This record gives sequence, C-alpha cells and structure tokens, in this order.
Amino acid sequence: MTEKFHYDNKIVRNFALATIIWGIVGMTIGLLIAMQLFKPAMNMGSQYTTFGRIRPLHTNAVIFAFVGNAIFMGVYYSLQRLLKARMYSDILSKIHFWGWQLIIIATVITLPLGLTSSHEYAEMEWPIDIAITIIWVVFGYNMFGTIIKRREKHMYVAIWFYIATFVTVAVLHIVNSIQLPVSAFKSYYVYAGVQDALVQWWYGHNAVAFFLTTPYLGMMYYFLPKMANRPVYSYKLSILHFWSLIFIYIWAGPHHLLYTSLPSWAQSLGVAFSVMLIAPSWGGMINGLLTLRGAWDKVREDPKLKFMVVGLTAYGMATFEGPLLAFKQINAIAHYTDWIVAHVHVGALGWNGFLTFAILYWLIPRIYNTTLYSVKLASFHFWIGTLGIIFYAVPLYFSGFTQGLMWKEFTPEGLLKYPNFLETVLQIIPMYVMRAIGGALYLTGVIVMTYNLIKTMKAGKLVANEAAEAQPLPPVYVAQGDDKKLHRMLERKPMIFMVLSLIVILIGGMIEMMPTFTIKSNIPTIASVKPYTPLELQGRDVYIREGCVNCHSQMIRPFRSETERYGEYSKAGEFVYDHPFLWGSKRTGPDLQREGGKYGNAWHYNHLYDPQTMSPGSIMPPYEWLAEQQLDTTTTRVKINAMRTLGVPYEKGYEHQANSDLDKQAKAIAADLQQNNIKVKSDKEIIAIIAYLQRLGTDIKAK
Amino acid sequence: MNMIFMLIGFSILLALLFLLAFFWASKSGQHDDLFTPGVRVLFEEEEPQETGNEEKSDEDHSTR
Repeated sequence: MTEKFHYDNKIVRNFALATIIWGIVGMTIGLLIAMQLFKPAMNMGSQYTTFGRIRPLHTNAVIFAFVGNAIFMGVYYSLQRLLKARMYSDILSKIHFWGWQLIIIATVITLPLGLTSSHEYAEMEWPIDIAITIIWVVFGYNMFGTIIKRREKHMYVAIWFYIATFVTVAVLHIVNSIQLPVSAFKSYYVYAGVQDALVQWWYGHNAVAFFLTTPYLGMMYYFLPKMANRPVYSYKLSILHFWSLIFIYIWAGPHHLLYTSLPSWAQSLGVAFSVMLIAPSWGGMINGLLTLRGAWDKVREDPKLKFMVVGLTAYGMATFEGPLLAFKQINAIAHYTDWIVAHVHVGALGWNGFLTFAILYWLIPRIYNTTLYSVKLASFHFWIGTLGIIFYAVPLYFSGFTQGLMWKEFTPEGLLKYPNFLETVLQIIPMYVMRAIGGALYLTGVIVMTYNLIKTMKAGKLVANEAAEAQPLPPVYVAQGDDKKLHRMLERKPMIFMVLSLIVILIGGMIEMMPTFTIKSNIPTIASVKPYTPLELQGRDVYIREGCVNCHSQMIRPFRSETERYGEYSKAGEFVYDHPFLWGSKRTGPDLQREGGKYGNAWHYNHLYDPQTMSPGSIMPPYEWLAEQQLDTTTTRVKINAMRTLGVPYEKGYEHQANSDLDKQAKAIAADLQQNNIKVKSDKEIIAIIAYLQRLGTDIKAK
Repeated sequence: MNMIFMLIGFSILLALLFLLAFFWASKSGQHDDLFTPGVRVLFEEEEPQETGNEEKSDEDHSTR
C-alpha cells in the first residue's frame, strides 16, 4: 500500500545558491555603507552608490534576498519531508524561484536609481510591489497545494509557522503598499503623516515578526532536532508558544513611535504587547536550547550545532532587548541612536545569519549525497562570524549610549552641553570603524563558507529527485449527524476557510479604508498648515529620492533636550499633507523638522554642495549632482493632481498654474543665491530641495 | 487617527483567522498527540549512501 514518490531537491539547491549569492551581495553593500559612515568618499563620488540610496538596498537585499531565499530553501526542503509529499507543482516552484530573483534584480536596479517609496524595508516602487504580491501568492498556492496532498495527517509545528508566515506577510504587504501611482516608477502613499507612520511600523515590526522570526522558528524546529538527532525538548511548548507568539506580535508595532505625535493610548498599546512578547519569544529560545540537553558533547565537535546555539542565543538576546527597548524610559534614550542598529544586527547576523549557515552546512552535503568538504573551515567560519558579531555589536552599543546621553546632557547653567550635533557624531566615529571591521570579519566567514560549499558540491552529485515512500492518508472524513451543519463542514475545510477569511479581511479593510481616502479625514487640525508649493513638493521628492530620511528625522520629541536643540516639538496636525511621512528612524545627522528659516539659502547650497565647508568633519557626502541636474517639471501637473486625489486641498485647476508658480519661487531662490555670489540656474534640483528644507516646520513657527 | 482603527481591524481579523486555524487544528486532531510528532521527524530514511564519494580532499570530513 505504500506510495513511491520523489522529493524535489533541485529547487532546494537553487534557493540555496541564491541565498549564498545574495547574502554576499547584501553584506558587501552593508560593508560599503558602514565605511561611508566614517569615510564619505567611499561613495566613490557617485549618486548611485551614496549612503541614502544604497542603505535601503542593503536592508532589502539582506532581508528579502538573503533571508527570503533562505526561508524558501528551508521551507521547500522541510515541507516535502514533513508532509511526505513532493511540492504541489514543479512549475509553480520554478515560477516562484525565478520570479523572486527577478524582483530582487529589479530592486537592485531601481533603488540606486533613487526610485523609492521611502517606507523603510518596503522601499520598492509599486510595480515591484505588485510583482511581490503575485509571487507570494504563487508560493502560498504551492505550499497549500502540498499541504492538501500530504501523506502525513499531523502537521508538524514547523508547518504551522510557515502557514502563519504566508498569511500574515500577504496581509502586511498589501496594506502597506497601497499607493497612488503618478508614473511608472513614482507613487504616493494614500496615507499621510501620522497615519502613514502607523501603517509603516505596523508593517515594519510585523515584517520582523513574520519574515525574520516565524519562518526561522519553523526551520529551527525542523533542522535543530535533525542536527542534534534529538526530538525537540517539548513539543507541547512549541505548539503553545507558536499560538501565543502569532497572537501577540501583531500589536507591537507602535513601539517604534514612542514619544512621536502618535496618540499616547496607541503608544501604550504597543508597549503593553511588546512587553508580553517576551514570554512566547523565550519559549522558542528555551525550547531550542533545551533540545540540546544531553547532546552538548555534539555541540563541541559540530560547527553546525555551534551556529545553532549562538543563533538561538542571539535570538534570545534580541527578544529580551526588544521588550526593554519598548519601555518608554529606555526608548527615550535609545531611539534614533546606534543602539537600535546594534539590536537589529544581533538578530540579523546572529539569529538569521547563523541559522542560515547551519542549515546550508547540513543540507548541501545531503542533497549532494556527500560529506562536507571541510569541517575545519566551517569551524573557522563559526569563530570568525562570532567575532564579527561581537566587533559589530559592542562598539555600536557603546556608540548608542554615547549618542543618547550626549544629546540629552545639559550644563549646570541649563544649556545644552553639546549644542552642535556634529560634536556627538565625531565622538562615535572610532566605533563606526570598529563596526566596519566586524562586518568585514563576518563577510569573510561567509566567503569561506561559499568556498567550502562549492568544494562540497563538486565532490558530490545533486540528487535532483530523491526517492521516498510513505503510506497514503486514510480516506477523507465523511460528515455525519450534527457534523453536517454548515459551520461544522467549514471547520473541516481549512482551505475554503482560509479563502473565505481572506475575503472577509479584504472587504472589512476596504470598508474601513474608504473614509481615509476621502478629504474629510485630512482636514488639518492646525489651520496655518498649508499644502506644499509645487517647488517644495518637487524638492520633497528629490529629498525622498536621495534617501535623506535614512539619516535625518523630522520628528521632534517632547523632551527639553530636543525642543532646546531643534525647536517646538512636532504635532500630528503638521503632517497631514505628508505622503509619505518622513519621520526617519535614525539620526546620523540632526533633525530637520524645524530647519526652515534657520539658515540662509546660501548656507544650504554650500552645505549640500560640500558639507565640509559649513561643518568641518561632517560625514555627510557632497551632493554635487543636485546643482548640475535639471529639475524634472514635466511631472508637476500629475503630482498636483495625485495629491488632490489624496485629499490635499489644491484649488481646482491649480495644476495648470503650478509650473509658473514653481518657476517664480525657483527664480527668487536663485536670485537670493546670486546675491551671495552663488551662480546657479533656477531650474536645478538643488533649488527645489532648498525650497523644501526652508519650508520645514515654518507652518507653526511663531513669527 | 482613522488608521489605527483600520489596523486594529486588520489585526483582529488576522487574529480571528489564527483563532479559527487553532480551532481547526484542535478539531482535526493536530493537538491530540503532542509527543510522537516531535520524535517522528527524526525517522526519515535519508542517510545518503556512501557511494562515489571516495575522492576525499580533506582529512577532517564529518562522519555524520
């Protein structure tokens, strides 16, 4: 009665190769931007390789290309074996693989070109967003198809983690990607200001939860017992912490917006759920580490298990730190500093990176029917990788504390001790150097692994179709008596149930979203807040293109240290025309919310053209190209129209007049620059970005 | 501030979805046996046969 079938190993191999290649690419870009933070000239004088544009490339490459491919590798390998079935469709597997790689390539091309929607970890423009949705559904279809034709009735806990990943990421991605396109590669988010920020961090934090955590926990529950040859410490605990984790995680997002102009009850909601999260998170870590109970002798010899142990420990550290950082008092110091950067890298390098490496070392020899080429090299990789993490994280924690405390320090006379922001930057440059060294060590380890795995592959031969056999599932359940009632029937049809639920979600979402599309919700609460002029709007888009938001926030928190340094704290009503919001999440430079009118146009021109002349020692790269490139004013009309659709109250027919207004304002700025002996034509991009910077925060400024 | 209500809506719907999945899992017997599945994953015959693997390039191969 046993059925014979074959596991598809080729797709696993392909995803493994993609993981390795994109891992090296993503980490190399990371190293490059790390070096730019102490040596801006590392941008090689090109706008396409400057921090603001390639920092999103680094984060997206590591999250979606490296970790993404690793997830698919782990899922395609373990799912088939856990369900005793080949993947549902080889064609879907191939479409999934190549579609995902094409999306990554499109991202690698568009982000350096400055085509960005500026939502952190979702910077890709709308055509790529749509492609992601389609390929994600292909992945889901393939996965659920396999689940349906499974030969194993019980779905191992790993599969539950995979299912939660699929469903949640789909919803997150769609909600966060609702944009109004203005051209093939430019769009505006339909949400504005506070609302946009909330959507972004609801997405952002849940991307950590359901892209970087749940699939990896699933993989941990499959691969760790295999590697240790021990059953998981407590299967009961794994089920328990799975359900509690996915229930609680979805609410934690607002902790990214503590002390911002988000209403405080929403902030408290985020804090409460973030603190609760520690229990299920540690449930996972403890369950993993205790699985090695009685197998620690194996850990001593086996680099794979060492990777697993450090990976789990890093997960434990990051998820302990997470709730701590969600406390308002700690967040007040840590937010906007390198502390957060260190925190996420403990998770990324330790948890995601090390688990991926362990799985690669385990899986490649198996599907190539051979043994690992060199255990010594793998051991070397482990040690240099661990060293890399330490060299990366420790200096950044140090730099985070330094920044956080220096920003807040007052003299006994009640003045800011370090009124010049640059002073606080110069202090931490040695830490940035150390961080880059840590990154280089980590990358070296990955290259050594690549060599080791290539040698392994060459020594063996890919078992593209691995023979397997299993008993078929018993005949399907036949409803009887009370079970024939509709809801009973539905309960036994998970697929239909899921589709129906998704439809309910979408309908509910649309009904709730409709009011936000209307102008009513965008009525400013502050009467003096006016829409941007056409030149400022264009300048804002240049600001977005250059990724200025990666280093400069536009959100002054209600602390004395910040109002003293920057000016009046930010109000929710100031952002009602900001599609998208630009609050930033890290301050490498000062906050710009009240920048308007602080300095003259000439100061901004010189500062953008060569920051060192205005701020000696600055680590901001020069933006010379802004003074050379002509501003594209052909888009003004569609942009004004799009903004009006989104509820920005431009007068009817204003789009026809917009460009002449733009011209007038630009000429005035150029004339002002002329008076300061700066010769620049009024049609350059730098004029527009100066106009935007001079506008910032002036709406509610006391005259 | 409409957005938070929308997001809470989405979150509740997702949570409900997970709740239904949980009920389904319990009903379909997924949680009946919380011991065997943890052990069963270890019993897959997938030890690669040591064939065509004589060419050793490094003395410290793992022995799995």
